[in-house]
Amino acid sequence: MDWTWFHRLASPPHVYRIAGTLTPWFAWPAGLLIVAALYGGLVLAPPDYQQGDGFRIIYVHAPTAWLSVMIYTTMAVAAAIGLIWRMKVAHAAAASCAGIGAWFTAASLVTGMLWGKPMWGTYWVWDPRLTAQLILLFLYLGYMGLRAGIEDTARADRASAVLAIVGVVNVPIIRFSVDWWNSIHQAPSVMKMDRPSMPADMLVPLLLMLLGFTLYFFAVLLVRLRAEILRRERSASWLREALSA
Amino acid sequence: MTPRRRRLLLVVGILAGVSLAGLLALRAFQDNVMFFFDPSQVAAGEAPSGERFRLGGMVRPGTVDRKSGSLDMAFVVTDFQHDVKVRYSGVVPDLFRENQGVIAHGRLEPDGVFVADEILAKHDENYMAPEVARSIKDKHGGVMPVNPDPASAGGGGAAAPQLPASTPVTRF
Repeated sequence: MDWTWFHRLASPPHVYRIAGTLTPWFAWPAGLLIVAALYGGLVLAPPDYQQGDGFRIIYVHAPTAWLSVMIYTTMAVAAAIGLIWRMKVAHAAAASCAGIGAWFTAASLVTGMLWGKPMWGTYWVWDPRLTAQLILLFLYLGYMGLRAGIEDTARADRASAVLAIVGVVNVPIIRFSVDWWNSIHQAPSVMKMDRPSMPADMLVPLLLMLLGFTLYFFAVLLVRLRAEILRRERSASWLREALSA
Repeated sequence: MTPRRRRLLLVVGILAGVSLAGLLALRAFQDNVMFFFDPSQVAAGEAPSGERFRLGGMVRPGTVDRKSGSLDMAFVVTDFQHDVKVRYSGVVPDLFRENQGVIAHGRLEPDGVFVADEILAKHDENYMAPEVARSIKDKHGGVMPVNPDPASAGGGGAAAPQLPASTPVTRF
């Protein structure tokens, strides 16, 4: 098998170029999917038999929560690749993940609280699932703070990569917290081995939204990765040539 | 050993070490991480006696007793193995219903009644349209089964099997 395409991913100019080419291929489908899913979820889907229309916050809450965890895993894997193979572009990708992941985590917490008040009867309780998700937010903030605190990029890459890898133990804790311990949070409706606990007219918009949010994340990641490469390579000759061309 | 291999082992070592530390910490905190105790744990004496704790379970149908003209109420929380009687005075959340999950925060009195000062509703993972819920209820004699299967309901499909009252239900 020819691995040149893989090895070229270590080259900042190459990644800078393909990231620019790929961005619209993620951004446009993301926008279309999200609009379609909003219509399906807010208009077409029936209200829930117990929660009425209040259940519709799931169309924002579940995708943001899924992405908060998925982005952290992506960040930790990129950081590990950067650490092991000394790949600068992988470190740049990990650094670009953190801000997006932190916002998705905050969004999942806020939407969960807004739903929790009318349904559970409280905005917040120190429940295993809720607490683990809050720790995820702090891991993101800690990662970004650590990067910001170290001036030398190479050293910031290595130190923050270790933090990202250490924090990845929180990912299975978040996922399985509702199975391992008694929790106020319901068990997963979709992300489970069994079939989904939801009829198709509610489920399809949710899956579209999940896919749309995921594509949106990759679009934003590519834009941020380009910015990060620009910052790191600001004195490189390839960049001067690319910009003057 | 190449430097790259050494770094790979370092990363694997960090992951293994942190996982082990996390596992041990969580095992040590097991009791504190438990958000609530179910009636079986209370019956087995695992819940802290004389201290405040949370009791979780299902509201047993037909046991909700509201006194007219006041906020006082009583009901029975069950996990289909054991029952605990709960007394409460206050407003309950919208999702507080018979056969639905509930979490009561309070204290177990010596007479075995749990006196709660906070009631939270626990929603399950099942979502369905009101008419589907009605048809499931009709198939089960007007009562919502504990674990309704929204996917198999409606459209004349096979009726969701209802759990016998003695089936242990750990997740509700």
